[in-house]
Amino acid sequence: METALMLFALALATLRLATPLIFASMGGMMSERSGIVNVALESFMLVGAFVGAVAGYYSASAWIGWIAALAAGLIIGALYALFVIELRADQIVTGMAFNLLVMGIIPFITKILFNSTGSTPSLQVEDRFNFEPLLMAFILVALLTFWLKKSRSGLWLLFAGEHPEALVASGVSVRKVRWAAVTLSGAFAAWGGASLSLFLASAYSPMMTGGRGFMALAALIFGKWKPLPAFLACLLFAFADAVQIRLQGAQIAGIEIPVQFVQILPYIVTIIALAGFIGASRPPKALGKEL
Amino acid sequence: MKRILGFAIGLVVALSLTLFAGENPFNIFMILMRSAFGSMYDLGLTLSYATPMIFCGLSVAIGFHAGLFNIGAEGQLVMATATAAAIGVFFPNIPFPLAPIVALLGALAMGAFWGWIVGWLKAYRGSHEVIMTIMMNFIAAGLASWFALKVIPNPQSQNPETAMVSSNYMFKDYDLIARLFPDTPANASLGFAIVLAILLWVFLWKTTWGFELRAVGSNPEAAHRAGISEKKVQMFAMALAGACAGFVALSEVMGSAGQYRVGFSPDYGFIGIAVALLAANNPLGIIVAGFLMGALHKGASDLDLETTTITRDFSRIIQALIILGVAASGYWDWLQKKRKR
Repeated sequence: METALMLFALALATLRLATPLIFASMGGMMSERSGIVNVALESFMLVGAFVGAVAGYYSASAWIGWIAALAAGLIIGALYALFVIELRADQIVTGMAFNLLVMGIIPFITKILFNSTGSTPSLQVEDRFNFEPLLMAFILVALLTFWLKKSRSGLWLLFAGEHPEALVASGVSVRKVRWAAVTLSGAFAAWGGASLSLFLASAYSPMMTGGRGFMALAALIFGKWKPLPAFLACLLFAFADAVQIRLQGAQIAGIEIPVQFVQILPYIVTIIALAGFIGASRPPKALGKEL
Repeated sequence: MKRILGFAIGLVVALSLTLFAGENPFNIFMILMRSAFGSMYDLGLTLSYATPMIFCGLSVAIGFHAGLFNIGAEGQLVMATATAAAIGVFFPNIPFPLAPIVALLGALAMGAFWGWIVGWLKAYRGSHEVIMTIMMNFIAAGLASWFALKVIPNPQSQNPETAMVSSNYMFKDYDLIARLFPDTPANASLGFAIVLAILLWVFLWKTTWGFELRAVGSNPEAAHRAGISEKKVQMFAMALAGACAGFVALSEVMGSAGQYRVGFSPDYGFIGIAVALLAANNPLGIIVAGFLMGALHKGASDLDLETTTITRDFSRIIQALIILGVAASGYWDWLQKKRKR
């Protein structure tokens, strides 16, 4: 009975922890399937987590925070698109610069708004989400799976990343498709961040994403850049995270495992997953290539 | 030239942001300059920041030359620094000239190993080096802090740091640079950084291995046809990059602090990206770029004291906007090319 209860709790924790990863990796999919490498996911998530927490705090409503995170995600996604598509800046360099920029800007703003060095005040516990983001994440995966396979615009996205020339030949602007995809990528990833600060926690704390943007990217690659497999990979990484939290302070044969060893578990799982199975995974052909 | 323009645009945009905090950007700029170069003490601190930034800039640049993006300098330098501290604590009786050399070699080997892992994963498993290095950074941070807290903690302090290495590991008594800047962490490893940069320049442009490394980075297909093993070069480049980052142990453990302190690095590994980019991956340019970023970092870290609204995190904003300014400056090249056609 006790093990059954524990497994149930572990499954529940896995689903909760998977929510931010799922959103972010769907965001990564939009961008990368259109041919734009996106290592800025981490910064998109941080922006979503921060703006969501601030708007949620001022309005005492998680939904307002959710919508504000959407708006902020669209803006930062569009900014990223501006740099990599219009200004032709290197995609990985720009992505890392975005991460750095956001890590600097958020404490800058919290200092002005709350006179703190990076955290925001908490929402009331009854104001934050109970399960809604999880549900929305599932719906998003289902919608994207369907959209990529069945719609004309879904095909445009795939062609922008695989054969941009073919898309040009059929009279569709690759540039516009990529702009739309990268902007939406910002929105989805920002929701991933907002689900951290409005669903898993009730405030923004410094660096709360803890590399989840990169894990989402790893999940995307592990899932061969497809929505459903990427979703399953997110569940795997979230499970490692849930086990990690569960194991903190636990004892094996009377010896406590050092907490630092437990904490690095999800990162090790990510490396093993990516290194062990990458052979079968092929990136979109035009990924990272300029027009 | 365009890089300098990109740098200036980035800096101006960053300074303009201070308007939102109700500060005068020109004022902030003057504070930055004053606290970076205002006195021998300030200059000493600037140089002490510049040294690890040069090492990390070299680390990132070596990766770039081989077509690899080394975001892992942070993890490599953390592992190397903890290793140097461990050698110093575990073997207190090695005599002076030998002791720092042994500790440095240990640190370099650890840094190189940490980089090599990613090079191997890239070469044989095709894993994306950016994700791998980021994950390795997190793992390094966890391992090193466990080591500092549980294995060799400092008995005299509550801070998360290792015990002090014995004094035969420090070269303070022979250190001319440290004498020039008393009471600052500036030390002779700045000289080592400059020498290393020159050596790497020679390596990259005057040796066969350096040529092979650059060949794989600039045209993998041609390199393959010329019989250069891409896999070997990738592993070698990542190991070399890791060793460059590992040199940070020299300035931190043997040169100044005498211990590994958790969180001593203000993300030197990431600042290294800005340094390498600013210098167009030229090792000699990295000396200048490292000095420039060191000055900005020292300047920004005093904003905490000099203003009420701006914190030291402002340094990150400056770094990021400079990277973006320089990265986007390629746009002008592209425009010109297009016009000629």
